[in-house]
Amino acid sequence: MLLAVIANRAAMALVTLAGVAVVVFILLRVVPGDPVAMMISPGASAADIAALKAHYGLDAPLLVQFGIWTKGIVEGDFGTSITLHRHVTSVLADRLPATIELAVMALFVAVTLGGGIAIVGTLLRRTPGEAVIDGLNSVMLAVPDFIWALALVLLFAVALPVLPLTGQIDPALAEGFSTRFYLTESVLTGRFAVAGNILSHMIMPTLALALPLAAVIVRLLKQSLKEAMLQDYVLLARIKGFGELRLVLQEALRNAIGPTLALTGVQFTFLIGGTVIVERIFAYPGIGNLAIDAIINRDFPLIQGLVLLFGLIFILINIGIDLTVAALKPRLRHA
Amino acid sequence: MRLISDPKVVVAGGFILFLIVVAIFAPLIAPQDPLAQNLLTATLPPIGFPDAEPGFLLGTDGLGRDVLSRVIFGSRVSLTVAFVAAGLACLIGSILGLLAGYLGTFADTVISRLVDVWMAFPPVLLSILLIAVIGTGLHSVIIAIVVIDWTRFCRVVRTETMSQAQMDYVTAAQAVGFSRPAILFREILPNVVPVLIALLTLEMGIAVVVEAILSFVGLSVSSDTPTWGGMIAEGRQIVHEGWWVLAAPLAALFATVVAFNQLGDGLARSLDPVLRR
Repeated sequence: MLLAVIANRAAMALVTLAGVAVVVFILLRVVPGDPVAMMISPGASAADIAALKAHYGLDAPLLVQFGIWTKGIVEGDFGTSITLHRHVTSVLADRLPATIELAVMALFVAVTLGGGIAIVGTLLRRTPGEAVIDGLNSVMLAVPDFIWALALVLLFAVALPVLPLTGQIDPALAEGFSTRFYLTESVLTGRFAVAGNILSHMIMPTLALALPLAAVIVRLLKQSLKEAMLQDYVLLARIKGFGELRLVLQEALRNAIGPTLALTGVQFTFLIGGTVIVERIFAYPGIGNLAIDAIINRDFPLIQGLVLLFGLIFILINIGIDLTVAALKPRLRHA
Repeated sequence: MRLISDPKVVVAGGFILFLIVVAIFAPLIAPQDPLAQNLLTATLPPIGFPDAEPGFLLGTDGLGRDVLSRVIFGSRVSLTVAFVAAGLACLIGSILGLLAGYLGTFADTVISRLVDVWMAFPPVLLSILLIAVIGTGLHSVIIAIVVIDWTRFCRVVRTETMSQAQMDYVTAAQAVGFSRPAILFREILPNVVPVLIALLTLEMGIAVVVEAILSFVGLSVSSDTPTWGGMIAEGRQIVHEGWWVLAAPLAALFATVVAFNQLGDGLARSLDPVLRR
């Protein structure tokens, strides 16, 4: 049953991705801007322009271009970036790990922070403390990652200049890595000073991405927890003499967490979307920052590769959400 | 009149009104020409800090332009996008939503399927593609927001219309012999409007942020028009020399976004029985 669900989702995902590929391809061919005009010096002769077009396959009929492109994708070849003069696949492979590390870190912080505040808020229910949390949270819910990122820049650049404002790692330390998962690798190989340096670069972008998600988690989880605390099984545990904290953590949380998990999954896709602008603000070398450069430079092959990669990531997250939700529903798991 | 009793709505609404007045009368209110450069007065701090000069209340940027005047003029682009983009998204989404919700059957199937497919496309991807395709500029920003966000309105209006169509007053109107368009626009629409207003207000907040982000990365209006996003980008570059160049437009953006959000929230709570739950 579960396997059938997964197979069905995967098939749907492939169809969606193929659809996205076709749409992207067509959209980018009808645009007015000419990528070749962007890369060539103003005095170039018509022959030079034609040669360059031929080099990137831009002179062939649309259908032929699409055929070449599709064949390439199936073989894992997304073409050559016009501005970077490198294979799109290798550019993406270089940039993706940094974004994965950032997004996973932000998700972890959001869940910890949001969950923690929701639990504290539940413990403080019907006190002035809860009103303070609710009031702050209603403002936090309105503040997007873009504003958080810049507020953090102001705070740490001016008032508290302890964190590096840009980049992923001190360039002097960025040597001797065999993968691009700098943080994971430095932790696994025990180079903790390097890991510390990377973390100091990641604090601000992580917080900017995590805080909006944390606010959403606080609102929903606190609501669910408060409802769960009114249930009979909590009353029973209370009669047994359980303390308030233990009631929340052991009894209410387990039953209240379902909707929050599902919502967090959906919101995680927004967080991934947020990496585009947040990476830009902190000059963090991930795929989001790359996407903005690709648009500004009208680097078609790179834009296509990026859109497909983002599409794939969103699809994988959605499958992950389905699996998590299914795993939490014992009936579906055993069916 | 419940609206007036909600302090959230009064404060947030008051701020938005204030902002509208500032944007309309920007040339009269702004103390300086927002485009006038003067390298002799570059990066002056706000009044109250050492080396500040009178006449530049919030200081000057790296080119000696008055920050306060630029923030005041920047509100024009933000509010234009907020009203035009959110308004158009609302218009298109609501018309389709009304049709889907009231006509049902075939129209509903087609429109609902379209909304599902549309929403499956993550906004970031769609905006990357759109801006890559239609190019930069204010009109692109507005088109991108409308193309991406009409679905929000369509979904809610469809649901609301469907529930309104079940009401007795609609049956009564049918019995009296009102035509279908008359029922839809004269009977049902007025009852959908409250939900729509709340949703529209929230969307305006989103539009303001999207415009600021696109200005920040240089994909919105040309750089000689003052925008909050553009100022933020400049301020980000010289944050160590002049933090106020970043702080002033960021504060304006923050206040505007929170105000739209609180207003929308408050309106939803007071006006709409569905969202109130």
